[in-house]
Amino acid sequence: MADLTSDFIGIKSPNPFWLASAPPTDKEYNVRRAFDAGWGGVVWKTLGEAGPPVVNVNGPRYGVIYGADRRVLGINNIELITDRPLEVNLEEMTRVKRDYPDHALIASLMVPVNEDAWRDILHRVEDTGCDGVELNFGCPHGMSERGMGSAVGQVPEYIGQIAHWCKKHSDLPVIVKLTPNITDIRKPAQAAKDGGADAVSLINTINSITSVDLDLFAPEPTIDGQGAHGGYCGPAVKPIALNMVAEIARDPATADLPISGIGGVTTWRDAAEFMALGAGNVQVCTAAMTYGFKIVQEMISGLSQWMDEKGLTDTGQIVGRAVPNTVNWQDLNLNYVTKAVIDQDACIKCGRCYAACEDTSHQAISMSEDRVFEVIDEECVACNLCVNVCPVEGCITMEQMAPGAVDPRTGKVVEKEYANWTTHPNNPGACAAE
Amino acid sequence: MSRNALTPGIAAGRLAPQDYAENFSDLHPKLDDHEALVAADRCYFCHDAPCVTACPTDIDIPLFIRQIATGTPEAAARTIFTQNIMGGMCARVCPVETLCEEACVREAAEGKPVIIGQLQRYATDTLMEKGVHPFTRAPETGKRVAVVGAGPAGLACAHRLAMHGHDVTVFDAREKPGGLNEYGIASYKTVDDFAAREVDWLLGIGGITIETGKALGRDVTLDALREGFDAVFLGIGLGDVNALGLEGENRDGLRDAVDFIADLRQAGDLENVPIGREVVVIGGGMTAVDAAVQAKLLGALNVSLVYRRGRERMNASVYEQDLAASHGVRIITNASPVAIHGNGALREIEFEYTDDDLTPTGQTFRLPADQVFRAIGQTLTGDDLPRLDGRKIAVSGAGRTSVEGVWAGGDCTGDGEDLTVTAVAQGRDAAEDIHESLTKTG
Repeated sequence: MADLTSDFIGIKSPNPFWLASAPPTDKEYNVRRAFDAGWGGVVWKTLGEAGPPVVNVNGPRYGVIYGADRRVLGINNIELITDRPLEVNLEEMTRVKRDYPDHALIASLMVPVNEDAWRDILHRVEDTGCDGVELNFGCPHGMSERGMGSAVGQVPEYIGQIAHWCKKHSDLPVIVKLTPNITDIRKPAQAAKDGGADAVSLINTINSITSVDLDLFAPEPTIDGQGAHGGYCGPAVKPIALNMVAEIARDPATADLPISGIGGVTTWRDAAEFMALGAGNVQVCTAAMTYGFKIVQEMISGLSQWMDEKGLTDTGQIVGRAVPNTVNWQDLNLNYVTKAVIDQDACIKCGRCYAACEDTSHQAISMSEDRVFEVIDEECVACNLCVNVCPVEGCITMEQMAPGAVDPRTGKVVEKEYANWTTHPNNPGACAAE
Repeated sequence: MSRNALTPGIAAGRLAPQDYAENFSDLHPKLDDHEALVAADRCYFCHDAPCVTACPTDIDIPLFIRQIATGTPEAAARTIFTQNIMGGMCARVCPVETLCEEACVREAAEGKPVIIGQLQRYATDTLMEKGVHPFTRAPETGKRVAVVGAGPAGLACAHRLAMHGHDVTVFDAREKPGGLNEYGIASYKTVDDFAAREVDWLLGIGGITIETGKALGRDVTLDALREGFDAVFLGIGLGDVNALGLEGENRDGLRDAVDFIADLRQAGDLENVPIGREVVVIGGGMTAVDAAVQAKLLGALNVSLVYRRGRERMNASVYEQDLAASHGVRIITNASPVAIHGNGALREIEFEYTDDDLTPTGQTFRLPADQVFRAIGQTLTGDDLPRLDGRKIAVSGAGRTSVEGVWAGGDCTGDGEDLTVTAVAQGRDAAEDIHESLTKTG
């Protein structure tokens, strides 16, 4: 059996599946049940300064994007940080950590941008016995209007400054949680590293309006006829999160910065993908909010089975395995030539490949009177759209042309050697191959 | 002791009152909104979709399903009604398992087609429940068309003609319009008086007058209609039922399945519909199944459906056969009736087993029978008709008969498969052809 125990920047947990700082981790009751259900770690719902806590709206906090059969694909929220008193949260964290010493407990923090505020909160959370802190520089609504959350995460100088304060005033490991609402994720990551942070976690939620009530003409969720933008999460954001994780992991300047992957992790497979692109562990929220804590059992069994099948014994062996294969476009091999091939036995004759190719691509699929669909190799550019729209898995595949064969589309012989855009004759800036 | 399934002979009221309501409730109730969305989401929106090709009325099925999936079933209904004004009834009675749903690529892929029929019902019911008639009539042309037969073919024809601005008079021999929709279909397929409500809704186009109790050859003649109208459409169906050709066929208890179904459909209270303890239905089509299943639902103890050929030759679809079997109807194949037994009242009917070429085997058996329903096909009746092709009215093109100015469609013509949907298509297409001929200039 694969060993799922995780060591993320020195923080040990029974598995790499943590619950992200969010409603599921808002109080002792939930967190105890999460640990009992099998979650390896919990990032406690973000704590604010001492004093009167923030308040939330009293109408709907969530909006949702559905797939078929009301499958939740994405959730938008306008909830703020914890609205319970700091003292209550700290007492509960202390009790939970005492009773679950082998599980990871991280305090998520968000206080105004001044050194005293950060020093004070750090000293108070240290007393809980928690394993580390996560600096919430990501929330895109409400708190950002008050100069916190993503308002900090969008200014690399602030990120570096606060990370520096935290390392200065505490020995706890510091994770900086990044907002995706920026243009280049590498800049805030670099700032976190420069400030001395031990790791980054990403992504926080994406600025979003999920839908518009077409009777009220108001964004949803609608509060008394009005709506505000919220933060988007869930399976729909996973591709964006994966790219941002990879951007940091493959940049030489930040390649050694540990990453906690967040963004639409719903199954063990999602977790493995984040880890393959450089995440040391993953954090989950929407999937738990949709299905409950029990889903971690599938994540544990699935990752374990897959690792066994791959001959992997330690989760560390997954981390970053796909990073070397994640390159820039110009590095892709232009001599890799494929053609779509339709398995006629598997084809159910829906014609979606034909419609997609004929209407929107390269007119490379023919349709006969009796609904036989065939690829026209002379036209096929191997775009893959037919594969994507085909409802039958494995019916259409992309087959590589062997070197030496002639591509009927271009009339050129398929070269065996790797060659990319940087040396292509059509590239005005090409350097001669040596 | 009240009557029950064991009561001998033919008797009404074999069931408790609440059982009738339960037994004759909607076979497939309208999908609720969520069911419809889930079902609609399964549609692949095929290119040049096979289901459309399989539909005799060419309804744009992927489009209407997508309209349901995006929360506009009313628009879906308009898509359906544009091609098939009786889309509501067809959603209930079409043998979809041999038409659109058989052609559905998901049937090929996984044996579970998109439930097109039920989605069509969801859409059409939604619009009809709102009392909306989705078409407006063109300005009146001053042309008058006579339609004979207020069944699916005649009504579809009348509606399309009225839509084009023509003035239509529909004659029907029965008391109510609707034809087989009203008189000839199992009641669990069209509950709550749907056939009559559909006719009322269809007439919302305006410009259509229905005259019931007017039979061709009895109350009106083809010549007179040709004289009094600019065009005539015959959608007269099949008036007679084939006989078994056995001695004693006029005995009490032996009757046509279509009459049994018509009586049942028109019965105000099903408790008053008599049914035998032992019932035998002879035939292998939809009518036979409709009669057999309803006999069982009325409380008959034993119902057998006997067909002279093998199962694969039955006109009733496999779905219909399974429906009969699931209601406890015993299906016996490769057996032909050879004799009727009983002193006065019917007691038994004797069959002889045949091979697939209908060659008698010499082996016979008898079934106890209080009641026997004939469902071995119907024939065209009437003199004074255009030229026949075999036993039906000969037509060419869009229902043109041998007589100038006379069109025909539905079961009385040779083109169809005796399906409601085919009749609708023929009525509609004939109407377009009539319209073209009436508006031709020069």
